[in-house]
Amino acid sequence: MLLALDTSTPLVSVALYDDGIVDTATSERPMQHGEQLAPMITAALERVGAIRQDVTAVAAGVGPGPYTGLRVGLVTARTLGLALGIPVYGVCSLDVLGVEAADTAGEPVVATIDARRKELFWAEYDEQGQRLGELHVERPAAIAERLDPGRLVVGAGPQLYPEAFARTGAPERPSAATLALVVAEERAELVDPEPVYLRRPDAVAPGPPKKVS
Amino acid sequence: MSDEPLVLGIETSCDETGVGLVRGHTLLADAVASSVDEHARFGGVVPEVASRAHLEAMVPTIERACETAGVSLGDVDAIAVTSGPGLVGALLVGVAAAKALSVGLDKPLYGVNHLASHVAVDQLEHGPLPEPCLAMLVSGGHSSLLLVEDVTTGVEPLGSTIDDAAGEAFDKVARLLGLPFPGGPHIDRAARSGSSVAIDFPRGLTSRRDLERHRFDFSFSGLKTAVARWVEARESSGEPVPVGDVAASFQEAVCDVLVRKALDACVDRGVEDLLIGGGVAANSRLRSLAEERAAKHGIRVRVPRPGLCTDNGAMVAALGAEMVVRGREPSTLDIPADSSLPVTEVLL
Repeated sequence: MLLALDTSTPLVSVALYDDGIVDTATSERPMQHGEQLAPMITAALERVGAIRQDVTAVAAGVGPGPYTGLRVGLVTARTLGLALGIPVYGVCSLDVLGVEAADTAGEPVVATIDARRKELFWAEYDEQGQRLGELHVERPAAIAERLDPGRLVVGAGPQLYPEAFARTGAPERPSAATLALVVAEERAELVDPEPVYLRRPDAVAPGPPKKVS
Repeated sequence: MSDEPLVLGIETSCDETGVGLVRGHTLLADAVASSVDEHARFGGVVPEVASRAHLEAMVPTIERACETAGVSLGDVDAIAVTSGPGLVGALLVGVAAAKALSVGLDKPLYGVNHLASHVAVDQLEHGPLPEPCLAMLVSGGHSSLLLVEDVTTGVEPLGSTIDDAAGEAFDKVARLLGLPFPGGPHIDRAARSGSSVAIDFPRGLTSRRDLERHRFDFSFSGLKTAVARWVEARESSGEPVPVGDVAASFQEAVCDVLVRKALDACVDRGVEDLLIGGGVAANSRLRSLAEERAAKHGIRVRVPRPGLCTDNGAMVAALGAEMVVRGREPSTLDIPADSSLPVTEVLL
C-alpha cells in the first residue's frame, strides 16, 4: 500500500493507494501542518483497517510551496520511510496539479501554488499533463505577461489574484490522491524527497556594529 | 538494567540537530549536526537556514545515533522531542520527525520542554537529580533561574533575563572585539590573557532598588552597551583596544551576576544543589566562580560536561526516559511546536 501526502499548500492532503485509491483526506484547518499530518495518517490507516506495516512506500509532494509546511511533509515522509524500512518518493507538487488539471480540461494548463510575498510558484503543462520547461517563482502580472491570454490557469493563482488571469479553472491545489496515481502510473518524474525552494534564505551579512556613543 | 527504557530524543529548537539515545540514566549516543558554520557570517542564527539544515540532517543524525549506540530503531521504547521553546520552523522539523517515528515504530511520544531537558541531562553524568534543586540555564536564547521540585511535572520559574540572554551578550561583545560567532568560547579564550578587574563594567539589576523588583532577574543589555562605549572611547582616542582585558572584565561581570543571583536563590529557597546548564555553562570562569562561592554556602554545584550543556538530543532523551520511569502520560500526535512554551509546561 502506498501512502501519499502533500503539504505544499495551506491544507494537508493524505491518500492511501492499493491498486486504486482506497482513502483520501484533507485537513480541516488551514496551516498547522505539524499538528494535523500525523493524526491524519493514523486515521487513514484505521479507516481502511490497515496497520503501519501494510504501508510499502511513501510518496510526498516536494513543492514548491511555503517552506515550513513543506518541510513538515518531507521530514514526515523521510522519517516514516526510515522507521518502516520502505522507499520514499518525491513528486513535484506543481506536476501533480498539472496532471489533474490537464486530465480534467483536456488542454494545456498553467499550474500555480502560492509562494507568499505576492508571488506564485508556477509551471506550464501540455494537454497530457507533461511539464514544459522550468519551475518559476514570479509575481502574477509577470506570469500573465508571459502567457498566451487564452491559457487555462489553475491552482492558488486564480483564487488569490483573479484579476491577473483571464481563463481560470480547478483544481485549487494538488491532492495526495492524484499524487498517488501519478506515482502508480508513472505520469511524472519521481525525484528524491528534497524540498523545492526556488529562493535562497533571506539573510544579509551584518555591517559593522552600530555606534552607541 | 535491560528493563530500563530505551528512549530516543530529538532536539531542533535552534541550530543543532540533535538525536540522543539513553537507557534510563545511561547515555548510549549523542549525535549532533550543527549548522553553526552556515550562520557565522550572519553574526547570529538565521531561522530559515537552520530549518533547512534540520530537514537535511534529520535522518542521517538518527541513523548515526543508532549506529553509535548499537541499537536498531525497533528496539526503542519511546520517542521524546523538544516541543518548545525555540524557533518555530526549526522545532517543527523535529516534532514532525518524532511523530513519524512514533507512528512508524508504534511507540509512545513525549513532547517536552527544552529548558527542563537542560536540567534532566545532568542525570546522564551525575546520576539521579537532587530534587528540589535550583537550576540556572544560560545560553544564547535563555537566562533563567528555575526551582525544580520534580523535573517531569514541577518547574517553577524564579527569574529570567529582562532583555538579552547571557549568551547573546557574549556574541555581541565578541563582535565588538572582532572575535567570531558564536562568541562564548572566543571570549573565554581571550579572557585568559587579560585581567578581570581591569575595567569595572556594570552588574545589571544588582542595585538595592532593582533587587526589590528583579531579585532573580538578569539584564545584560546595559552591560553590552557599556562595553561598546568603552571600546569606542578607546578607538576614538587612537589607543589599541586591550582585547584580553575587555573580554576578562566583561566575562567577570556576567559570571558575577549569574552566580550571585543563583546562590541567593538557593539560600532563599533553602536548596542545597545548584545545577548549571545551557551553552554558557561551558564557560570556564562561570564554572570556577560558581564552585568557589557555592562552597562557602555549603551548596553543591553540578555542571554537565560542555558537550551536554549545549543543545543536544541526549538531554531530550534523558527527560523522556524520566517521563517513562515516572509513569507520565504520553503526548498525543496532534501536539504543536510552541515557540514560547512556558517552562511550567514540562510535558505537552
